[in-house]
Amino acid sequence: MTQTAPAPLSSKPIPVRRRGSALARQEARAFYGFASPWILGFVLFGGGPVVAALLLSFAHWNLLTPPSWAGLANYQRMFADPLFYRSIVNTVYFAAGSVALGVITSFLLALLLNQKVRGVGFFRTVFYLPSVVSGVATALLWVNILNPDSGLINSILRVVGIKGPGWLVDPQWAIPGLILMSIWGAGNTIVIYLAGLQGVSPTLYEAARLDGAGAWHRFWNVTIPMMSPVIFFNVVTSLIASLQAYTLVLIMTGGGRPGTAGGPDNSTLMLGLYIYREAFEYFDMGYAAALSWAMFLLIGAATAVQFAFARRWVYYDA
Amino acid sequence: MTASTIPTRGRPATRRSAQASQATAERTRRLLVYALLIFGTVVFLLPFLWMLSTSLKTAQEVLAYPPQVLPKTPQLNNYPDAWTALPFTQFLLNSVLVTGLSVIGNLISCVLPAYAFARLQARLRGPMFALMVATMAIPAEVTLVPTFIMFSKLGMVNTYWPLFLPAWFGYAYFIFLLRQFFLTIPQELTDAARIDGAGHLRILWSVFLPLSRPAIAAIAIFSFVGNWNNFLTPLIYLRTQNNFTLALGLSLFQGQYATQYNQMMAVGIVSLLPILIVFFLAQRTFIEGVRLSGLGGR
Repeated sequence: MTQTAPAPLSSKPIPVRRRGSALARQEARAFYGFASPWILGFVLFGGGPVVAALLLSFAHWNLLTPPSWAGLANYQRMFADPLFYRSIVNTVYFAAGSVALGVITSFLLALLLNQKVRGVGFFRTVFYLPSVVSGVATALLWVNILNPDSGLINSILRVVGIKGPGWLVDPQWAIPGLILMSIWGAGNTIVIYLAGLQGVSPTLYEAARLDGAGAWHRFWNVTIPMMSPVIFFNVVTSLIASLQAYTLVLIMTGGGRPGTAGGPDNSTLMLGLYIYREAFEYFDMGYAAALSWAMFLLIGAATAVQFAFARRWVYYDA
Repeated sequence: MTASTIPTRGRPATRRSAQASQATAERTRRLLVYALLIFGTVVFLLPFLWMLSTSLKTAQEVLAYPPQVLPKTPQLNNYPDAWTALPFTQFLLNSVLVTGLSVIGNLISCVLPAYAFARLQARLRGPMFALMVATMAIPAEVTLVPTFIMFSKLGMVNTYWPLFLPAWFGYAYFIFLLRQFFLTIPQELTDAARIDGAGHLRILWSVFLPLSRPAIAAIAIFSFVGNWNNFLTPLIYLRTQNNFTLALGLSLFQGQYATQYNQMMAVGIVSLLPILIVFFLAQRTFIEGVRLSGLGGR
């Protein structure tokens, strides 16, 4: 790229890209070269399994005997299955609650951890701790915290004269309990926000201050737009993660016995957990694969909607 | 951490009261920040303290009902006992090797595609990006069995290859994250470098990476934590006990007789330390103004 033609008067980027030009072809080659690690990885570790799962959803398979062709039977069963609809409602409820609360809470925590005070490195490390302690230890701890009688939360509520709910043993309160816990382990989201906050140029704040903008205006008109690519990332990825959630739900409301996963009256039965239950407790791999496809489509639709709306509010500096 | 650690501002006495009231406001703000940080510390430190307490209990105290908050006498010898009960030093070295190779692989194989998705034009860029985001929607369990069959056909079972090789082939979550950061870097910077005759690798190395240090640090942390704590992959692929990683070795406490929770927690705490050190070092890049160079006038 040694072309140093005089700069054109238009405001277009200087190496003008035209499809089919030598320059564009060269850039396309660079694109495939740079993207090749992911492309290879997709072929090796991503594409094949997806095809396998698709085929499996048209089969009956219990892992012991060879798979047999089932046609659309798994899908017919799915659409007639009240538990399937139940699990979708639960999944959406949990995902909406944990994403909305989690994205906002961790943003506020990131702002707090971005303050220039002494020892902030120590505090950041502590706030990140719940995300690295093993999932099982965390789940056991929260089962204790949410215990209706002796749990920490209800004990505190009792002190201020409120009778706390039954949390995980009460069908009404089981999912709110899980949402509460999911927010507490939002260390990764906080780290991503923290990284993003470093990219907001102080000169922008300075300029806003000179224009007489107050703290709230600076936050709303500088921080939020500049952080929008990062907020967008966190919303998209935490929605995907919460729509898939099952490990936590399994440990917290599973009781450790096969067939009991899903909490009181299936009130915490989520799609991910339902897939796990069908695959590894009832060994119905075909039905589990069909459910996996339902989950994939649900996540795909939710993500596509977000990308469509992103044009309206995500601001890239370029 | 008490309120006394708050640095008082060594500002000389000022004549103007406006300046003085500003200093008071600043001090109030700092006090509030510390109050919130300390409150958060109490909340977020809980699981760690619980692990710590369990690691110092006797086997009887662990199983006591109702549960005891603190051990009567801290059993410090749980730590050396647990560490020597199994070849944990060997496990630690194995973990360092696997995690190190994975983190390096993740960084290289995610930075390159992220640059491609953020800056390079190609006809298939849009569809490929959509495909990449779609792969994030696939539950990990779906890819587990086919991947295992592939590695066993390659004769790589009971080696470290299946543990770190996938890290060298991009990871959608990291690529997407880096792309979001790369997209905020002004196009003019790329164009200026192109005019100066810089190739794409050069631009990536000397413009994008320095400007994205916090994002790179975040990815390094996630990759380190994810690989260090990874339990499922070593469980599936490693057979010989001497090859085990720390996370897998920990599960051996869930033994044939009874789970030794106290010893398990002791080793668990030791295995957390490297993560905390790496996090503490990496978070230092989260300092405002990394972007200053090159963006000063914006």
